[in-house]
Amino acid sequence: MRRTPNYNLILGCTLTAATVSVIILGFFWTPYEPDAMSIAERSVSPCAAHLLGTDNFGRDILSRVMQGAGTTLEIAFLAVSIGATCGTLIGGLTGYFGGIADEIIMRVNDAVTAFPSVLLALVAVAITGGGKTNLIIVLGILFIPSFARVVRGEFAKQRNMDYVKNAKLMGVTNLRIMFVHILPNIAPVLLSSIAIGFNNAVLAEASMSFLGVGVGPTESASLGRMLLDAEAYLFSAPWQALSAGFAITILILGFALISDGMGYRPTWRPVAKRRRKADA
Amino acid sequence: MKFPKRTLALILAVLMLTAALSACSGGKQGETQTETDPTPQSGNAEGANIGEPVMGGDLRVGIAQDLDDTFDPHNIISAGTREVLFNIYEGLVKPDNDGNLVPAVAESVDISEAGDSFTFTLREGVKFHNGETVTAEDVVYSVSRAAGLGADKPMIDGMQIITSVEATDEKTVVVTLGEPNIEMLALLTAGIIPAGSDPAVETVGTGPFKFVSRIPQESIVIEKFDEYWGTPAYVDSVTYKIIDSGETIVMSLKSGALDLVAHLTSAQVNELGDDFTVLDGTMNLVQAVYLNNAVEPFNDVKVRQALAHAIDRQLIMDFLAEGRGAAVGSSMYPAFEKYFVPELVDEYSYDPELAKQLLADAGYPDGFSFDCTVPSNYQPHIDTAEVVAQELQAVGVSMNIKLVDWETWLSETYLGRNYQATIVGVDAAMMTARAMLERFTSDAGNNFVNFSSAEYDETFAAAISCTDDAEQTELYKKLQTILAEEAANLYIQDLCDLVAMRKGVGGYEFYPIYVMDMSKVYFTN
Repeated sequence: MRRTPNYNLILGCTLTAATVSVIILGFFWTPYEPDAMSIAERSVSPCAAHLLGTDNFGRDILSRVMQGAGTTLEIAFLAVSIGATCGTLIGGLTGYFGGIADEIIMRVNDAVTAFPSVLLALVAVAITGGGKTNLIIVLGILFIPSFARVVRGEFAKQRNMDYVKNAKLMGVTNLRIMFVHILPNIAPVLLSSIAIGFNNAVLAEASMSFLGVGVGPTESASLGRMLLDAEAYLFSAPWQALSAGFAITILILGFALISDGMGYRPTWRPVAKRRRKADA
Repeated sequence: MKFPKRTLALILAVLMLTAALSACSGGKQGETQTETDPTPQSGNAEGANIGEPVMGGDLRVGIAQDLDDTFDPHNIISAGTREVLFNIYEGLVKPDNDGNLVPAVAESVDISEAGDSFTFTLREGVKFHNGETVTAEDVVYSVSRAAGLGADKPMIDGMQIITSVEATDEKTVVVTLGEPNIEMLALLTAGIIPAGSDPAVETVGTGPFKFVSRIPQESIVIEKFDEYWGTPAYVDSVTYKIIDSGETIVMSLKSGALDLVAHLTSAQVNELGDDFTVLDGTMNLVQAVYLNNAVEPFNDVKVRQALAHAIDRQLIMDFLAEGRGAAVGSSMYPAFEKYFVPELVDEYSYDPELAKQLLADAGYPDGFSFDCTVPSNYQPHIDTAEVVAQELQAVGVSMNIKLVDWETWLSETYLGRNYQATIVGVDAAMMTARAMLERFTSDAGNNFVNFSSAEYDETFAAAISCTDDAEQTELYKKLQTILAEEAANLYIQDLCDLVAMRKGVGGYEFYPIYVMDMSKVYFTN
């Protein structure tokens, strides 16, 4: 019997590890100052000095992609943290205890999920104003329902299992059952939704900044903002849009593969099967 | 070993995308090299005249903003609105492309010796778009309305000194002023409308085009007016398409959805390629970082002067338009040759060290941070803001760019005066120096920068009541000097105005004010 390797997880982890290490490097060192403008080096195509070329202000795109991906990841990380923490709490409580509170909260949840999240985010940002901090809070809040739903379902399933009943009979407190006994059992599902959450957060940040309501032009480089700026130079300097676009693609691909891999059930294939094929 | 299909599919998709995009980028790179120098043609109209003009056709023009403020010729707020309405309304006189005032609805004008009375003889047979003939009564109504006779406030600033408008006979209208003012003629370019009509309800003027329809945020259609008294327009109709994204405008031009677009940036022009004629002029406005002089820290003249030293205007022009454009040092643009004071351009040299020193003197040794509101539909202003932010960073001042849509900018920033700094271009509503300078008097309704200087107010009062042209010009120059010395705003430039026309379109002419005259544009065969 042989177990097929979890290619998705391996590939996803490799991609993510590679991008995250570049991003972390970007926090400490970038080839050039990401905001430094240079009139002499405007719209330089990729070359040895500027691996990804420069933009219309002569800023090094590699440096900006490093910083921008960092900003994007930072926003995604914080937004997902807010969403996952609150979502787990809400979902856990409602799923474990059930009852009328569960019904009410879940219907509110449904109501929120009924709107496309980017639309809701646009409305929220239009009210609160753009900027990094607002974006993090808005996205974080918008992610709560999806986490709450997933966690609630799992808790509702687990609470009727024997080990929970046993624990209850032994007098373990509800809180302890929820977070020490049940939570570890739903970790794979939760981690998988966190990976998807990252995915959505990266996309949401990029699209919001692209629409001009996310990270401001002077706040920091951001991948979505870079795409927006690159739009005007799509044909005369395509490397601008391509660099930012690829960075987003790779980030998302990594997380998507991880989340795919998390839900992976290994298939066991008898070795004999292969042999038979070879014989035929 | 089997590779999971989904993974394989994902990887293949990415690879294909890479291949497709890099192939396309390769081709385009080659192209960009050949057109590094877009070589726009010189600003004169002859440059555009290729082929013989033919009559007729529907001209599609791209504009960045809708006419949200008004269709009222006496109440225009934004320059983008005036640029369109110029084709619909005409005053007693109208500006020509050399900056002279030529008779329009009036056939001739006689200015009294003292400069306080204008006698207009109306042109025979001028028709309104509704078919009626312009009478002296209509003129009296229009001018009285603009001057606010019988109301508390004039609709057009500066016309409040008109004390009476009378029709002495069917063809003669006398405008009397309370005080002599030889510049009043320029204000009498205000549109003539039928007596008793409300332009907010019906759009009827005497211009070469009549209004047909408007779809908000989408398009405005105007049609050639067949009974126009003057040289008729070449084209049958003009459709203004409202496209607030710079990239979409370029795409629309390239795809053939638009025939003519003004106010393009050089980056946009570089994208266009060879199928277009590009004319190079200036926009006739003063682009500046307009500072709210009433709020901290810009209420301190030292801070304003410090920032003025921290801005490198040439660099901004280099970034924005490969050096095109004209630097300005006060609220006057170079096309106003008579009033423009070239020396003021160099009032504040680019000197970051001095700027830091001045900031320290003003009590900001570590700099400060402020919000700069920029309308998000004007790419040149956004690009300028990014360069300015970078330049100010060098002296320790951090400027946060706050992008807002045009409507918000109008209501919050311009009318509400609720902002710290903003980057826009301010133009002259009328072809007078006064139109540029009056807004900085303390109690002017459009003094959105809250500039307040007793000396300025006095000088302005002296200037407008002056009947001697040379003396008045000197006073106007002095006003500009005060603005520059006080560093009321961080003056940058008169933006270069690149107009792109599809091959087969010609006749576009630049005016010394911010208008687009569609009656002169034509298709060629």
